[in-house]
Amino acid sequence: MTFLQLLWFILICVVITVYFVLDGFDLGVGVMYPFLGKTEEDKAVLRRSIGPVWDANEVWLLTAGGALFAAFPPAYATTFSGFYLAIMLVLFGLIVRAVAVEFRGKAPQYAKLLDALFVVGSFLPALLFGVAVGNVLVGIPMNANGDYTGTFFQLLGLFPLVCGLLGLAQFILQGCSWAAVKTTGALHERAEKMRKNAQIAVLVLFVVASILFLGFENVPMSSDTSALRILFAAVVVLGVLLGFVFDGRKERGDLSTFISSSVICLGLTGLTFASLFPNIVNGKPFSSSLTIVGSAASENALFAMTVITLIGLTLTIIYQVIIYRTFAGKITPKEAQEY
Amino acid sequence: MDAVLLSRLQFALTVSYHFLFVPLSVGLGLIVALTQTHAYKTGNAKDEATAHFWVKVFTTTFVVGVATGITMEFSFGTNWADYSRFVGDIFGAPLAAEALLAFFLESSFLGVLLFGRKKVSKKFYTVSAWLVWAGSMLSALWILIANSWMQTPAGFEVEQTATGAKAVLTNFAQAALNPSTIPHYLHTVDALLILGAFVTIAVGAYHLLHGDKQFGRSTLRTGTVVAIVTIILMVPFAHIQAVEVGSENPEKLAAMEAQYEDGPVGMSIVGSVDEQNQQLNALEVPIPGITSWLATGDSSTSFQGLNSFGEDDTPPVTMTYQSYHLMVLAFGGIVLWLIFALVQLSRLKKGREPQRGILKALMWAPLLPYVAIFSGWVVAEVGRQPWIVYHQLRTADAISQSVGVPELLITIVLFIVIYALIAVIFLKILIPMLKKGPVVEEATAGDVKAVTGKAAKAHTDAKTTGVKASVARKATSSGEEE
Ligand code: HDD
Ligand code: HEM
Ligand code: HEM
Repeated sequence: MTFLQLLWFILICVVITVYFVLDGFDLGVGVMYPFLGKTEEDKAVLRRSIGPVWDANEVWLLTAGGALFAAFPPAYATTFSGFYLAIMLVLFGLIVRAVAVEFRGKAPQYAKLLDALFVVGSFLPALLFGVAVGNVLVGIPMNANGDYTGTFFQLLGLFPLVCGLLGLAQFILQGCSWAAVKTTGALHERAEKMRKNAQIAVLVLFVVASILFLGFENVPMSSDTSALRILFAAVVVLGVLLGFVFDGRKERGDLSTFISSSVICLGLTGLTFASLFPNIVNGKPFSSSLTIVGSAASENALFAMTVITLIGLTLTIIYQVIIYRTFAGKITPKEAQEY
Repeated sequence: MDAVLLSRLQFALTVSYHFLFVPLSVGLGLIVALTQTHAYKTGNAKDEATAHFWVKVFTTTFVVGVATGITMEFSFGTNWADYSRFVGDIFGAPLAAEALLAFFLESSFLGVLLFGRKKVSKKFYTVSAWLVWAGSMLSALWILIANSWMQTPAGFEVEQTATGAKAVLTNFAQAALNPSTIPHYLHTVDALLILGAFVTIAVGAYHLLHGDKQFGRSTLRTGTVVAIVTIILMVPFAHIQAVEVGSENPEKLAAMEAQYEDGPVGMSIVGSVDEQNQQLNALEVPIPGITSWLATGDSSTSFQGLNSFGEDDTPPVTMTYQSYHLMVLAFGGIVLWLIFALVQLSRLKKGREPQRGILKALMWAPLLPYVAIFSGWVVAEVGRQPWIVYHQLRTADAISQSVGVPELLITIVLFIVIYALIAVIFLKILIPMLKKGPVVEEATAGDVKAVTGKAAKAHTDAKTTGVKASVARKATSSGEEE
């Protein structure tokens, strides 16, 4: 394995982690929107809490997709075509929710419809990303060309479904933590309460998923990364513990619970990637897996991508800092009404 | 129905829908930046209202561009898996670059445009408008690099692997700046700017007819100025594009003029192709070899006709021919409509009433560049057939083998339903917005930034009654402020 191949495996893990942290919170807000937003005012505050940033957050997904395409073309081709209907559901979700968020304030006559689209459109990706990760971990049946040979329903095994629920719980946790950061009063209290429940759900589902994976799936894992796996599992637990510790620190402590929840995201993606290594997509039978070395793009292409990424990521971090600082702070109901 | 055809249908459908909105983002992005800069300079409440009006129109179209763009990004993996395996080494990088170097810029500062008007300084707000436009121009650059490489691949080698051939990058600069990148970029971006200018002209004409005359007049002027520049630029840009096709994709050029035999190429204005008898019945430009002359400077230069290429290597002739001529015809219409706009402006300047009939015609102006843009893309994409990567990979060998006809049918139907729903809501928002025009706010309502809490709320509540004075006479039916 060359240096650039390893670097790109890690970079893709990093981009996906950032995506789960950032879009995780706005998808989570979307899923919890009907439960958190009891009044019109609450709903406006919730929409406004993600309004200026959801689009840039979603670009992390496009970056992850583009980077996977560029750095590991066969992995991109196999997963996207193999999970065809699932990816299409994610896509339709992302499409309708984008439109719903942006049109809601402009078309009050469609408020009900747009609210529904916002919730469903957030729920589908929040659930299905985890299912996809679960399948990549246990291995997907494929032929020599790398084409998926199963059906849509074969993607819904027990372990992938538990992973889906784990992902959903984690996104809800991100969403509630973010909602707590951005709100005050009754809405804030509701978000806090749901955050605690979500945190417990994440912990329980994480344990169940681990037991299923280690006890029943028999997926071979590289011994080179066993220390890393223990480390990332510990990071997950640490994130949960921090979440309990920071609990109840009044409104000023909200950011710390958001950070602890993001630490869980890091642990979960890190654990996934450490379990896959040195493969990038596990196959069934295991020998058909796509390896990092076998599916990496040429050194020329990886080098070009590295240069583009160095420039692009630097600029991106600058923009994101500017934007999150510009729109920092709690949102008042009044502010939520104006554009 | 076979999977290849359905995959192509689905791609054509989704990319065309994306391309209804993206051109508006690029074209109107410039109008937003220009009007916002003007408002920043004058500080006049009316100019600010005008800028805010364009920001609202722009952001409404922008979001649909974003939502439908995700489809495109995914589509290569979902529907064109074998294509992705073949080109990944080269094609993936521009897509990733588009996200990193363009979409982040656009989407971040779009947030400022949407929610920052009362939060950030006017200067920062104005800069943000330019940055959003710069982002969309860059995004067009990277996606067109990707597309150009399919038309005129360069900077690569084909390698045989266990699972088939694949293209391997040898030189990034050559691949990115392949022979058609620059012609494509100049021609396409200029086309999008013409569209933005024509939308502006149409809004101006509408308000001269029905609404706020002063706004109508200044808008008509802005649109016309941008249109003059971009339409003049179109002449060399279109020329460069056609020259490039002539030298790099001879099959496409032959199909564009339905030239079956080798020889100098003339030019027809309108016509019909009789594919069976390999004949063209057309009204010709009475200068022999004029296309040869335009392409090479010599009217006797011979080009290969369709018969020189293998039966399986030529594109559908009628579609390519007709689309090409439709585009050129649309260009004629565009020039004519520009003259209409100029005549109305000079009447207004002399204090005369504008002609209502012509203003009505101007309201339909955006259709012309739309026709040209779509027919142009059909020339480019259909004229490339049967290749998906010119002379390297056939379209039929590029699809996802794991995706079958039933899945394709389901998703095509779902796309149609969802996209139609979006179109309906979009129009219900956009049309009243365009008709209403800008809304002037009184200065005092603007500085909410400093005030907080209940007292401030009472303070503004007391004022709201007199605050919003709509300048538009018509279509103020709805009291809601978005
Ligand atoms: C306002 C829009 C517009 C106008 C007025 C024109 N075009 Fe165009 N044309 C486009 C918008 C466009 C486009 C949508 O932007 C295309 C599609 C692909 C591309 O790069 O540009 C295009 C493609 C395109 C192609 C095919 C490129 C390829 O296959 O790679 C040729 C040869 C021309 N154009 C030539 C012309 C000529 C000779 C024109 C005028 C006299 C002209 N175009 C006017
Ligand atoms: C099939 C090829 C295409 C792909 C894969 C693609 C991909 C995308 C994606 C993923 C987005 C959403 C970005 C976001 O979330 O901010 C988007 C929007 C955009 N695309 Fe495309 N696109 C394609 C065709 C084009 C073309 C041909 C152009 C221009 C010439 C273009 C210009 C833009 C622009 C300017 C945006 C920004 C959003 C907007 O302005 O509406 N795209 N595209
Ligand atoms: C934005 C305006 C565009 C339009 C309107 C457009 C239109 C089309 C159409 C009509 C087809 C079907 C061709 C056929 O039926 O034979 C097609 C195919 C295709 N185009 Fe484009 N295209 C656009 C831009 C792009 C861009 C920017 C890319 C790449 C980055 C692209 C890549 C493809 C691919 C991969 C196919 C499928 C294979 C094929 O049928 O040729 N297109 N496009």
